[in-house]
Amino acid sequence: MSLSMQLKNNSSLPLNDIHPLPVEEFASRLLHSVADGLRVSAYFARPRQEGQFDLICLLANDNSGKLQLLQTRISECFPSLAAQCPQLQLFEREVAEQFGLQPVGHPWLKPVRFERNWREEEAPAPLAGDFSAYRVEGEEIHEVAVGPVHAGVIEPGHFRFQCHGEEVKHLEISLGFQHRGLEKLLCGGPHKLSLKQIEAAAGDTSIGHACAYCRNLETLAGVQAPERAEALRSLALELERLANHVGDVGALSGDTGFLPTASYCGSIRGNILNLTAELCGSRFGRGLLIPGGVNFDLNPDECRKLLERLTVIEHEVNGALALFYDSPSVLARMDGVGILSAEIATELGLVGMAARASGLHRDLRLTHPGPADGDFIEMVRQKRGDVHSRALLRRREIAASFAMVRQLLQKLPDGDLRVALGPLQPNRLAVAMVEGWRGELVHVVVTDGRGKFDRYKLVDPSFHNWNGLAMALRGQQISDFPLCNKSFNLSYCGFDL
Amino acid sequence: MNLLSLLILHSLLLLLLAPLLPGIIAKTKAFFGGRKGAPVLQLYFDLNRLRRKGMVVSPTTSWIFFVGPLLAVAVPLTASLMLPFGGLAAPVRFGGDAILFVYLFGLLRFFTASAALDTGSAFEGMGAAREVSFSCLAEPAVLLVLLLLGRLAGSFSLQQMLAPQQLAVAWPAQGVTLGLALVTLLVVVLAENARIPVDDPNTHLELTMIHEVMVLDHSGPALGLIEYGSALKLWVLGGLVVQLSLPPLLPTDLAATTLLFIAGQLLLALLIGIIESVMARLPLPRVPALLIGSGLLAAFGLILILR
Repeated sequence: MSLSMQLKNNSSLPLNDIHPLPVEEFASRLLHSVADGLRVSAYFARPRQEGQFDLICLLANDNSGKLQLLQTRISECFPSLAAQCPQLQLFEREVAEQFGLQPVGHPWLKPVRFERNWREEEAPAPLAGDFSAYRVEGEEIHEVAVGPVHAGVIEPGHFRFQCHGEEVKHLEISLGFQHRGLEKLLCGGPHKLSLKQIEAAAGDTSIGHACAYCRNLETLAGVQAPERAEALRSLALELERLANHVGDVGALSGDTGFLPTASYCGSIRGNILNLTAELCGSRFGRGLLIPGGVNFDLNPDECRKLLERLTVIEHEVNGALALFYDSPSVLARMDGVGILSAEIATELGLVGMAARASGLHRDLRLTHPGPADGDFIEMVRQKRGDVHSRALLRRREIAASFAMVRQLLQKLPDGDLRVALGPLQPNRLAVAMVEGWRGELVHVVVTDGRGKFDRYKLVDPSFHNWNGLAMALRGQQISDFPLCNKSFNLSYCGFDL
Repeated sequence: MNLLSLLILHSLLLLLLAPLLPGIIAKTKAFFGGRKGAPVLQLYFDLNRLRRKGMVVSPTTSWIFFVGPLLAVAVPLTASLMLPFGGLAAPVRFGGDAILFVYLFGLLRFFTASAALDTGSAFEGMGAAREVSFSCLAEPAVLLVLLLLGRLAGSFSLQQMLAPQQLAVAWPAQGVTLGLALVTLLVVVLAENARIPVDDPNTHLELTMIHEVMVLDHSGPALGLIEYGSALKLWVLGGLVVQLSLPPLLPTDLAATTLLFIAGQLLLALLIGIIESVMARLPLPRVPALLIGSGLLAAFGLILILR
């Protein structure tokens, strides 16, 4: 009997089948798997009785499409593997913060999102941003602090630059200003508000997160959403991707000082959001998904209308993008700025768009496909990992998404919109992973004896990727930070949860 | 025309019309972005609004903090007195006033940067550092252009160098040289007035700003003075470009020349708007290359007339 469990995306396991490994073996297997090319998708602690914790690690194998589950039992402290496996460092800090557990030998233990220890409910919450920043010493070094309140209308986050002249030696990012305690709110669920809360995990990825949540519930209830519902979900996901990518190109354009595309994309993004609104009444797709299926349908007439509008929008997008990508001054501005090498991206466990821009083979639609991802064939990748790569990747993904949306609208499968959802199976662990527009959304849920959520773990792509941004800034010009930041366009609240 | 009425007319032209230029630039950019844009007169409204506002002043600042905004208006106003506006002669002129013209702006830069440092903000310090490093490169370019014009006119007074009669002779004889000088001046106007491709006047991102970041802490009337001052500066430095490019179609009538000068200023604003609409900003490390390159053009022009 193998002691590490294998499972696939959108499947579940009875807790009884998961055998806890001795801590040393857990560590050695984890390191071994990462050395073999697997990556850490989720890593979290689940409280058991009386100071005992299950430490669960979910590793994704992008070649075989399998997921590997490792589990060990700990109390109070556990050996830190962050030094050997940097993609674990943030996860270990998170575990330490949430439950007051001690990762022994962690190279740099500091708060993640200034969360109150779950075991000390009465304790006052730590103050977000209250940390001692890493300092580069020297007469010519100066420190620049940006945020949490920014000049633009964006989310709060604190950035601390250690600069030598214009060159950034080190960037430290401190988040947590929007921590809402989402994972804790979900304990004991599903509650009436759970789906709403999930939709707001990262506001620009409402559909993505809702999709992962619904699939988890369907897996646990032992049902599958009808084909038509899954197709509509895919449609909404691609529309979300389109709207965000187009908006991002506009924002990048604005930051390079190239205004025409910035204005055009800003308005076109609205038109794409309106397509989603046409589908479900909300521009961000709130309320579209429901466990078991979807709430809204499209009749053939509406499909035809959407296709017509899509054609107009595609034409406009192509014009605005051509203006941007064909301007030599724009290309010169982005070329070679904020390079993130494939090695560092792998080491930090980057996911999604940012990973693909550095040449990594990471797209769940291909490697761990969901129910309606069968038609997805091509993975768009760039090589260099600079701002230009990330911008160009968006252009190519926009083209691919338009094709997918058109294909979905042309042949929506017939059938029901939703199936009834029975009670959730008790004592199981289910995994749902969705490739949101920004990257991999991982939802792992463990049910208790009554079929309620005992632990609901969410990993937003921003959780991995903020470190990528910090590394991409090393040795760069501080004046390039806004452009670099925009090229990643990470979520603050998706990180803060 | 006696000196007093010349002085009044000359100053009124500057003080009343300068705020039009940023409005035209913004309108042009809005047009290229497919937007309606703010009214052309927006800066007048803004100045009137800022005039009535209160000021928030950091307790770490000293009197230097207020000298910056005052000089922002005083310097372009003083410098403009040495510059002919089309047919309107410069009210103040003497041999070597061109040097004073250039270094008045040096004075302004010194106090703007000092006012920025006075706030103790990391952003403003960075902005000040950038501003002074880039002006180090823009200044020689302007001096070379003035040297070149002075050599052609045989005098180092801006009135002599830029008088329509003088340039009407110089253009046919030394067109290439003047053309190079014109390009250099245009680049300097863009750089000194914090326009694209050197700076981005529209950005809200402190980390990428050059000029705007130095005035982040100013508010109310002080900010109004700065906004007004930058419009005046655009008019005065732009005036060099316009005055230099007027002569080939010189009407003898002074009033017509002056009207042509005003039209030229508005056209220049349109041109800046177009430049800002069709190109992105340069990466900061490439800015020196642009400034040095434009200086070299002027140097080359100088060699052409010295050979």
